Amino acid sequence: MTMGIVDLFLKQTFARGIHPASHKETAANAIRRMPFASRLVLPLAQHIGKPAIPVVHVGQEVVRGQPIAKADGAMSVPLHAPADGIIESIGLQPSARGPWAESIVLRVYEGSQQTVGWAAPVDPDTLTSAELISAIQDTGMVGLGGAAFPSHVKLDVPATHPIHTLVVNGCECEPYLTCDHRLMLEYPKDLIEGTRLAMRAVGAARAMIGVEDNKLDALDAIRPHLPADGSITLHAVETKYPQGAEKMLIKSLLGLEVPTGGLPMHLGIVVNNVGTLALLGRLLKNGEGLTERVVTVTGPGIRKPGDYWVPIGTPLRTVIAWAGAEIVTKREVILGGPMMGQTVASLDVPVTKGVSGILVFDHRMRHADDQKSWPCIHCSECVNACPMGLNPTQLGLLAAKREFDVMAEKFHLGDCFECGCCTYACPSHIPLVQQFRAAKSFLRERAAS
Amino acid sequence: MKGAIELRAAPHVHSGRSVPVIMRNVVGALLPICLFSVWQYGLSSAALILTVTATCLATERFFSSQSGKGNTLSDWSAAITGILLALTLPPNFPLWMGAVAGLIAILLGKTLFGGIGFNPFNPALVGRAFVQAAFPATIASFVPAYAPQRFSEFVPSTLTTPFMQAADNASWIGHAAIDAFTGATPLARWKFENFTYSASDFMTGVVTASAGETSALLILACGAYLAIRRFMDWRIPVAVLGSAVLLAWAFHLAVPARYPEPMFVLLSGGLMLGAVFMATDMATSPVTPIGVWIYGALIGVISVVIRYFGGLTEGVMYAILIANAASPLIDQFTQPRVFGSKKS
Repeated sequence: MTMGIVDLFLKQTFARGIHPASHKETAANAIRRMPFASRLVLPLAQHIGKPAIPVVHVGQEVVRGQPIAKADGAMSVPLHAPADGIIESIGLQPSARGPWAESIVLRVYEGSQQTVGWAAPVDPDTLTSAELISAIQDTGMVGLGGAAFPSHVKLDVPATHPIHTLVVNGCECEPYLTCDHRLMLEYPKDLIEGTRLAMRAVGAARAMIGVEDNKLDALDAIRPHLPADGSITLHAVETKYPQGAEKMLIKSLLGLEVPTGGLPMHLGIVVNNVGTLALLGRLLKNGEGLTERVVTVTGPGIRKPGDYWVPIGTPLRTVIAWAGAEIVTKREVILGGPMMGQTVASLDVPVTKGVSGILVFDHRMRHADDQKSWPCIHCSECVNACPMGLNPTQLGLLAAKREFDVMAEKFHLGDCFECGCCTYACPSHIPLVQQFRAAKSFLRERAAS
Repeated sequence: MKGAIELRAAPHVHSGRSVPVIMRNVVGALLPICLFSVWQYGLSSAALILTVTATCLATERFFSSQSGKGNTLSDWSAAITGILLALTLPPNFPLWMGAVAGLIAILLGKTLFGGIGFNPFNPALVGRAFVQAAFPATIASFVPAYAPQRFSEFVPSTLTTPFMQAADNASWIGHAAIDAFTGATPLARWKFENFTYSASDFMTGVVTASAGETSALLILACGAYLAIRRFMDWRIPVAVLGSAVLLAWAFHLAVPARYPEPMFVLLSGGLMLGAVFMATDMATSPVTPIGVWIYGALIGVISVVIRYFGGLTEGVMYAILIANAASPLIDQFTQPRVFGSKKS
């Protein structure tokens, strides 16, 4: 209750961070459905962990929702056919990561139904917690916020770490992205259902739904569906990037700092994204697999920006053509948000489970790379932006000298989660986070060899 | 699908701030102070500001192209050095000496260390310190403000032949016929005559001094503009002025007859200009949140100590230079606490 009194005076937030322009115009319109592409490309590794193992053969007919690849052990999830069709091939296809990846290619029948043809409805409340975890794995669910970490692994917390709170992350702090916002507005019942099941899976007595205060309408949409026992509570947090980072949201909601090198579960907390839980709430009771997701398709290069239900495996080319891109002037196609998303080299790359946004940026966008850069003038913008309390000024000077060990040992390089605030803020246009990423990968590779 | 797509590393958006934008705003914030100085001192002041700034720009241009950096004038930092340096000098300072100051400021204070961002000391103060040592008598001689002929005639010393002693201004001052003019700055009068001006004397320009000394309110207003638009770290001037006032107040309470009121300390000398525009030089101040407060407080304390106990009448310049030197050390000892690490 002391927390409540403090809230009256202090906005729930974390220290430092940045306030980029939000560009969330797509939040005003309902989610639309995107038609099936003629060919869907389904990489076997769309999640963190071991790739799935195909259970279909070339030429086999499948129905929408049918499992086409099974999980390879605990740290893996199955894949489901997003449409009725025939397996065209199993082999290497372009992937967002760069190198071609083993994928199942599905040729979609023209008459493919939007209804799911393969489902086994269950009452999740009758399942034991082990059965619940296994049922979650069977949906093929991963963290839809972008990490694509298998949900059943995240929700299967070791008994050594009793969980008291499930934090539900509805911040969506990345500019442009509105898919979570629309899901909260349109599927609040599914979200509460998913939240309830996740609480049961981790054994948490309460859940806190945290939403940035630029989306208060989402809280209004969810409120009528809250359970009467008060176990799920709603919280508005400051609109600030990176509010949606796990560590920042936990700090904002509970005032706790996840220890350096630790995980939220070490504090008795598990964090899940609203999109993940909303879909989980729907899929579990229907006994369906994850075959589609909501993707924000926007950016200055898109004529019909909006949030779309996109079948997993749809090539970016099809999505962008459907949303009406002015391709002539485009420069970058980004998967995810503009702060942490990665660009793709080819439009043949498919939408995978972890893709929250497709942004088409053109020459009108201001990008640090385009502009002249200057030496560091010690302005301290980056120090005042870093949510982790690092000293990017010092790290940047060391990176330029390739002093990677000093960066890691004395200046806490390992605590950087690459949110990009430093690069965003730097008036000298120094690619700070890019250098830190390179330094980390150098140290990782050296440690591995 | 026409047009190539490009691969770039995140983040894909930027704040839009850049070094020239910051520097241009600082130059813009300095212009009203320059105009006020010209209004007070006329042609001589205008000529000095232009000469010093032009020398700084020419020096920067020459040495940056010599070192293969191309034209670095576009970052506007050399212009700031020039204007600030001019504002610390007496408005009647000989132009050729002003040019020497500008040359030294950029050459020894900046390009020698590698240009923008690499200079350990505030370049304007390096130039100022050089001419203070080279021309001690000239830099301590002032003419009165608001002389009636200031827009029609130069002060004789302004047009001194290069490498010659400054011309005598006695006839010009006599011509101006301003009563009770002593030619000494407020700090000098306090130090040697134990005479203090009131706050209103500073506002109305009764005192004679360099531009930064007679326009405290204007400097504060220009600084506030920069702070609000986040082109300047407000914590540094607050720390400098706050620590100077607190220390002066303590001295005044202890020995009121010997030490002036805190307001006099705040408004006299170069404290205001130094706190707002020089201590805040980004390259030479710390970056850590605790560091900037320590750095600012150090400047305030050293300034007052030099004024009260040193042989010089004014100590702001040396206080800032000393704090500049300490700045990397302050950063080392005030590293921010990393999120998730133990609270110390």
